[in-house]
Amino acid sequence: MAIVHEFEYFRPEKIEDVIKLLGEYKSKARLLAGGTDLVVRIKDELEFPEAVINIKEVEELRKLEFIEGKLHIGALVTFTDLIDSDIVREQFPFFWESVKTIASVGVRNRATLAGNICSAVPSLDSGPALLTYEADIVVMGKEGERVISALDWFLGPRKNALKESELVCEIIFSLPERKHGGSYVKLGRYKGEDLAQVGLGILALEGNEYRLAFCAVGPIPKRAKKLEALLNGKPLTDSLIEEAKKLIPEEISPITDVRATKEYRLHVAKVMLERGIKAAVERIDGNGPAYGEKLI
Amino acid sequence: MKKISFILNGEKRNAYVEPNDLLVDVLREKLGMHSIKYACGRGDCGACTILLNGKGVRSCIILAIEVDGQEILTLEGLSENKLTSLQESFIDHSSFQCGFCAPGMIMSATELLNKNPNPTEEEVKEGLSGNLCRCTGYTPIIEAVLDVEKKDVDKK
Repeated sequence: MAIVHEFEYFRPEKIEDVIKLLGEYKSKARLLAGGTDLVVRIKDELEFPEAVINIKEVEELRKLEFIEGKLHIGALVTFTDLIDSDIVREQFPFFWESVKTIASVGVRNRATLAGNICSAVPSLDSGPALLTYEADIVVMGKEGERVISALDWFLGPRKNALKESELVCEIIFSLPERKHGGSYVKLGRYKGEDLAQVGLGILALEGNEYRLAFCAVGPIPKRAKKLEALLNGKPLTDSLIEEAKKLIPEEISPITDVRATKEYRLHVAKVMLERGIKAAVERIDGNGPAYGEKLI
Repeated sequence: MKKISFILNGEKRNAYVEPNDLLVDVLREKLGMHSIKYACGRGDCGACTILLNGKGVRSCIILAIEVDGQEILTLEGLSENKLTSLQESFIDHSSFQCGFCAPGMIMSATELLNKNPNPTEEEVKEGLSGNLCRCTGYTPIIEAVLDVEKKDVDKK
């Protein structure tokens, strides 16, 4: 199927020029980075942009740097760039583990983290890591730069905190100061490429602090605050895990769709919580399953 | 119409495209690269896989205008002089039935082997997880990729 809708195409080289174009076309402009979502949506006639602005020539958006404990991920950094990065694998292994589950090589070679969070779909595999590391999203508009916490980013299915005429410049992950371990548990329908039926990311910090976030079981990827309130300050025991599992139905609101029923998602989320939290805690001291190993 | 220039299978080529032309259509219809198959149209099946600057991508979800100044390799370019060891291995293992997925499979496997010449079975499965085959059931395809290295060693 060809694209029927017609649009203007721009390829600016500077952020200022991107912002100028965004100001000119406002809600009728769409930014193109990887295009793995946008091009499909234009094809499907879900989006009718007047201007498609390809930002791939804006070199300053391409950086992937680790400076003073902070990982700066430019808007053009693809998932393949993240997976291939030694720094991401060594310093942020739980984020690395999440990113590895996204789509397939041919999509990851184009798709970007910035594009992923701008799409803001409920099943966003990168969501739990962004929320538990409490990443910052740096956006730029004609009024200058704003920093938005990942915790305030997701507003609804395909809705985010970005204002009209703003673009995401980079995403910043800060390395927790305490020793920590993490895990991303993703259940797809089969091995290989699939969207999550349930996704759960856990960051466990030394001193019995637990940060948990789910995706695909509610309108947005979300921190599990009730579970965290129960778990925090307590060493992980089997009875604590059992108590936490009982709280799951209060924490998530899955729906029945083509990928799974609501009941199945509720059930399997409990199994995932048990396996994920055990792995995250074991990994604090370098034990447990290796990062990247399938936990379900 | 806008003129774009790019390297296609080692040769400089030009094409006149509209902003909404898809790369798959321009390569197939204007430049005769019929190895590229257009199937799902949404990046899920991998039949339209080409190498763009050495990386496997889905040409059905890329605008043709985006590739101005870049480098593309298709199956036609890969086997311009003779079949690659990977292609021979596909033949030896009868990895084709209808053959529709094969160009995409071979491009994805080529990228994998360029990056990792000695992959494990798990790595092959992961590398090809975005390429769907509805005939042979994957086993002969995975075996063909795993066998390439052995084949190259036998030749030496």
